[in-house]
Amino acid sequence: MSDIADRVKKIVVEHLSVEEDKVVESASFIDDLGADSLDTVELVMAFEEEFGIEIPDDAAETIQTFGDAVKFISEAQ
Amino acid sequence: MFDLTGKCALITGASGGIGGSIAKALHAAGATVGLSGTRTEPLESLAAELGERAHVLPCNLSDADAVNALPKQAIEAMGAVDILVNNAGITRDNLFMRMSEEEWNTVLEVNLTSTFRLSKGVLRGMMKSRWGRIVNISSVVGSTGNPGQGNYAAAKAGMIGMSKSLAYEVASRGITVNAVAPGFIETAMTDKLTDDQKSGILGQIPTGRMGSPDEIAAAVLFLSSAEAGYLTGTTLHVNGGMAML
Repeated sequence: MSDIADRVKKIVVEHLSVEEDKVVESASFIDDLGADSLDTVELVMAFEEEFGIEIPDDAAETIQTFGDAVKFISEAQ
Repeated sequence: MFDLTGKCALITGASGGIGGSIAKALHAAGATVGLSGTRTEPLESLAAELGERAHVLPCNLSDADAVNALPKQAIEAMGAVDILVNNAGITRDNLFMRMSEEEWNTVLEVNLTSTFRLSKGVLRGMMKSRWGRIVNISSVVGSTGNPGQGNYAAAKAGMIGMSKSLAYEVASRGITVNAVAPGFIETAMTDKLTDDQKSGILGQIPTGRMGSPDEIAAAVLFLSSAEAGYLTGTTLHVNGGMAML
């Protein structure tokens, strides 16, 4: 697994207090990992800080799963 | 009671009567204050009066870029914004039938849209620290209406609806959002009223007098405190009883 995926997973595990093995590529933050809509805003904020990138609001709305987040961040870097 | 030591508060309209009193009250409770307003001179003299823990942050609230930059400037100056008081307000009174789009838009922009922009700008830090206080200064006319103030009343009522919606969204993060709705308060804004208007108004106020800016500041201080942590989405009507809402 890539370094980016590891760092994203760490943030997700810490923020949503979920088991690491639940954070798979297709895992939806809201449907599978128990996030509420505000959690997803906070996750995006955490990603921005961790990776030093800006994620605009319209892009943030497309990040629904762990895989989406890794893909977006990989492309943004 | 109401110790704000270590908290940083950004107050808009701090060059005005009510805003100045709010800044003094929060500062006296131990907060670091960021004084924002259009006119630099009164802000500088207020900062000089307060001494330490006071920063001057001029901003024209009708300039969207300047408003969006203000939270960052406040964080640079103070380290954080734990308390935001959206106090700045303007009036462009006119009969509804005569009101221009410009009079409408200017009042909505400065009184309501800037509140949206500033709240959005400070929320990130508040969410991270799991603590925040947003206090929006509305007005009694937002609830009662007032002839000649269709724009102002709309903006002030809008602040209340916005406060309630935001209060729902961020309550779980330790952030409260409330409004204070002053009635007639002795300020430059009410000095413009004629004696006839004043006596007419006083007849409708059970306490028989106008309020003082300090009486608004006291309500803001309470809502900014740790003690008011279970109070959110509400409006404190500070109006001498003229509208018991």
